[in-house]
Amino acid sequence: MRYLPKSPAERQEMLAAIGAKSIEDLFECIPERFRLREALKLPGPLSEAEVISYFKDRARENSLGYSSFLGAGIYNHLRSVITDTILLRGEFLTSYTPYQAEITQGTLQAIFEFQTLMCQLTGQEVANASMYDGSTATTEAVLMAERLTGRGRVLVARSVHPEYREVLRTYARNSGLRVEEIGYVKDGRVDVAALQAALGDDVAAVVLQSPNFFGVLEGYAEAAEAAHASGALLVVAVAEGVSLGVVKPPAEADIVAMEAQSFGLPPSYGGPFAGVVASRDRFVRQMPGRLAGQTVDARGQRGFVLTLATREQHIRREKATSNICTNQALCALAATVHLTLLGKAGLREMAEQNVAKSQFALGLLTEIPGVRRAFGGPFFNEFTLEFPRSVRMINADLLKDKIVGPLALGPMYPELSKHGLVCVTETTSRQEIERFAEAVERILADPA
Amino acid sequence: MAYPANYRYTKEHEWLDAKDGVATVGITDYAQGELGDVVFVELPQAGAKVTKGKSFGTVESVKAVSEIYAPASGEVLEANGELQSKPETINSDPHAAAWLVKIKLANPSELDGLMDAAAYEAYIAAKGKEASA
Amino acid sequence: MTDSIKKATRHTNQNEGLIFEKSSPGKRAFELPPLDVPAADPARSLGGLHRGQGVEDFPEVSEIEVIRHFTRLSTWNYAIDLGMYPLGSCTMKYNPRVNEFVARLDGIATEHPYQPAELSQGCLRILQLLENCLLEITGMDAITLQPAAGAQGELTGLLLIRAYLEKQGNARKKVLIPDSAHGTNPATAVVAGYQVENIKSESHGQIDVDKLRDLVTEDVAALMITNPSTLGIFEQRIPEIADILHGRGALLYMDGANMNALTGVTRPGELGVDVMHLNLHKTFSTPHGGGGPGAGPVAMKKILEPFRPVPILVEKAGGQLALETVRSASIGKVRAFGGNFGVLVRALAYVLAYGPGVRQATEDAVLNANYIRKHLEGVFDLPYSLPSMHEVVFSDAIQKRNGVNTMDIAKRLIDYGFHPYTTAFPLIVPGALMIEPTESESKEECDLFIGAMKSIAEEAARTPELVKSAPHTTRVRRLDETTAARKPILRWKPPAAIKSSAPD
Repeated sequence: MRYLPKSPAERQEMLAAIGAKSIEDLFECIPERFRLREALKLPGPLSEAEVISYFKDRARENSLGYSSFLGAGIYNHLRSVITDTILLRGEFLTSYTPYQAEITQGTLQAIFEFQTLMCQLTGQEVANASMYDGSTATTEAVLMAERLTGRGRVLVARSVHPEYREVLRTYARNSGLRVEEIGYVKDGRVDVAALQAALGDDVAAVVLQSPNFFGVLEGYAEAAEAAHASGALLVVAVAEGVSLGVVKPPAEADIVAMEAQSFGLPPSYGGPFAGVVASRDRFVRQMPGRLAGQTVDARGQRGFVLTLATREQHIRREKATSNICTNQALCALAATVHLTLLGKAGLREMAEQNVAKSQFALGLLTEIPGVRRAFGGPFFNEFTLEFPRSVRMINADLLKDKIVGPLALGPMYPELSKHGLVCVTETTSRQEIERFAEAVERILADPA
Repeated sequence: MAYPANYRYTKEHEWLDAKDGVATVGITDYAQGELGDVVFVELPQAGAKVTKGKSFGTVESVKAVSEIYAPASGEVLEANGELQSKPETINSDPHAAAWLVKIKLANPSELDGLMDAAAYEAYIAAKGKEASA
Repeated sequence: MTDSIKKATRHTNQNEGLIFEKSSPGKRAFELPPLDVPAADPARSLGGLHRGQGVEDFPEVSEIEVIRHFTRLSTWNYAIDLGMYPLGSCTMKYNPRVNEFVARLDGIATEHPYQPAELSQGCLRILQLLENCLLEITGMDAITLQPAAGAQGELTGLLLIRAYLEKQGNARKKVLIPDSAHGTNPATAVVAGYQVENIKSESHGQIDVDKLRDLVTEDVAALMITNPSTLGIFEQRIPEIADILHGRGALLYMDGANMNALTGVTRPGELGVDVMHLNLHKTFSTPHGGGGPGAGPVAMKKILEPFRPVPILVEKAGGQLALETVRSASIGKVRAFGGNFGVLVRALAYVLAYGPGVRQATEDAVLNANYIRKHLEGVFDLPYSLPSMHEVVFSDAIQKRNGVNTMDIAKRLIDYGFHPYTTAFPLIVPGALMIEPTESESKEECDLFIGAMKSIAEEAARTPELVKSAPHTTRVRRLDETTAARKPILRWKPPAAIKSSAPD
């Protein structure tokens, strides 16, 4: 087998050196009745070409050749080939967690740069080296707020991504945390009056997302003021990080939980991505996840190490700030490479293109009779439309035009039964947008 | 380093210096040696209640965290603020400048069960033999 | 010194500062295609929310600077592609490159989990095949591929147990964890809302079955076992252990980190395990990439199946696959979307490459570990003498007599061209050296490792200072971790900002 670097002769030599007659001797520690007598029933073995062939066949059974207007927490953005050039270097790809700093300075410096970029994007003072994704980062941010305030109730806006809320509920059930939801108002933003009414001296955190699940940008000032006045922390989740190229970061937030998928990671049917928790310096000891810190070696040379490790599971065990061990380091590296390639001007330009394209799409689509914009609040690259007919049915017809239409919101928000979420990024061509609008108009004009 | 004769000591390596119903508490030279370079200390605020035998804070080095257990019960009058900016004092001067908290004793008779300097030194000497066995 | 070091020599490598230090206004590394729709003024649509100047202090560099920057950084790392990682319980095996290729295919990397099922049959078939393969390997009845890593798998497993016990009427309070366990085990138990009760190992480093019998009460939800243990030793009495737990209505959770000793040879499901996680980034070859991503699928017996996280893969009439998002008894979701799909693709590619012959990998892993043990026994102290499987744990007791500890030996091993083994774990062995070569190491690499360790043992006896001050040949020497923790610097700041912040 090509992954095993031993010849039969070498195996024999090694067995002889051990004093074993056959490899079976080395498995005597397993009671005989539990040792398998037959090979496992698994497909294969496949040569390299056959492995590739298998996955190419699967690829053909997916959505190749379709235009997509899906966002909802996972976004299509331009990626440079350079990101993979770097990621595929064996010294990054096949390297271990940088516990032995002297021989992992490459990984550690890259993490330090990642932490810096995340602070610059979010306007926070310190950021960690990655969590699994935006949903778990948001949950960890809430648990962090719980530890910091010692309080047990959390208020979450309904306009936060439904899956993020579900993950929070799954974790909260076991930590005794009470999660309550706050609705939204006509323009799609959080209901501040309802928030104020729900606040009390037992609330650890208020959780908002911006742009929120409907694509609407939240203004934080009022929510932050209300939260802080009652001693709660403001947690802001960011699912579409490219928005920060042109939208002010949530400076009023105490903790930001960001999904970094938009920075050079392909959609990949849901993962792997990279979450980030960013916060204030004074909260750093309650932060979950790894942190790379700058220091010097015995000769005074600058170097980097994992630091404040006493927060983590391998030292603190049951008192750790989180149980996380393996994180998403390679994905964070992809984001680091991607963002340094884009740079200040590139990220701004990318963000501005998203604004332009989505405004253009909104304009075309709302000209269609019966289609109206649902929420009036400002948006970045996603917006919610109300249709005269079930979105599911419209999408079924759109598939015939090889278009994957807007996400139907009805299943997640029963009151939004005729609403669909449209996402347009810099990767959506004008032609695709016009084709989409033309197809929707044609479908709606047909009385069937 | 000498272990002050007028102090009392616990099996968890805390020292206690009682005067007029107020006890000053710290960790011993042995404890700081085991921990290594101290990087951070977490202490309760004034007004907090501590209970004998229960943890009231932590001392952290790079690779380990130690709980600090209250040698006696009472109310915290003061925590040593110096240690926030200079945690290394615990390594250099654990028995004096690096006191951790001052406690108003709720029950002075609790001190009777604590070791004196000689007993404590014997205790850690035995530990030393155990480790190299 | 250099005569005894056969595997590595010093080589000139490039210095490189932080990317921010190379930044200069106006430099660009990336250009976008021109806008094909009318430009929109973001100030108009965003009003007060507009970030007018772009991200402050974001780097501005050129393409070649980015290439050089990260290429130089990469040359400062050790990696599997360069040589052995003898890290115990990490299973640092070869990361097949074809796995990277297939994960990046158009039609695989490009898919969105919210696209309709009819356009995702390829992805769903990949998930189904992987599920079936992992069930065959573990001997379990049902599986979830959602958890993003081992620790998350452990959490999922404990939440499944909790849900099951709750349905029985009592979720119970405690989880038993051996003192040899990985740190994620107790950390996870707490996150799952359970108290941790430690159970001390017996004199051979195995679970103390008599003690277990006393400890398992109606308050105990589960025992978390690692098998083989973190000492690399098979828990011989695991069927008995399972019986004791089941007899009191508790369950047996297995941490599957050491599956590299069992795959194709035995199946945890047949040993009495109720639920377990797998580490795809260990046993199943997906790359560590400096710390992740991984994946921690959880396989379980039928009784836990109703509580699986959603969505659940189902096959409809006619063979169409779909994801069911509603299951009344489900514990919910431990992460958004379905799982680390890209990692799952790589794991499946690995399984397909081996097929039924995957047992050979396990045999070679156990062969390598025992070969190394045989040659280093007597050179290093062996605290537990039961047969080793895929990893062996020594201690630094012999070298300690000269003041040389496991950390020192590990650092000196770096000079010999290897990554250190796992130091100071498991906790039940003071001064542990935990060594797991994996099946990816040739006899040559194993011999070089043995030679290096023997040489270091000799140095520890004759010239201990050399070992205690190692490494000597790396870019940076031992780093000041104390100051890094006392005065953390966790991000770059522009020079003006540093000058204006208050001096300490």
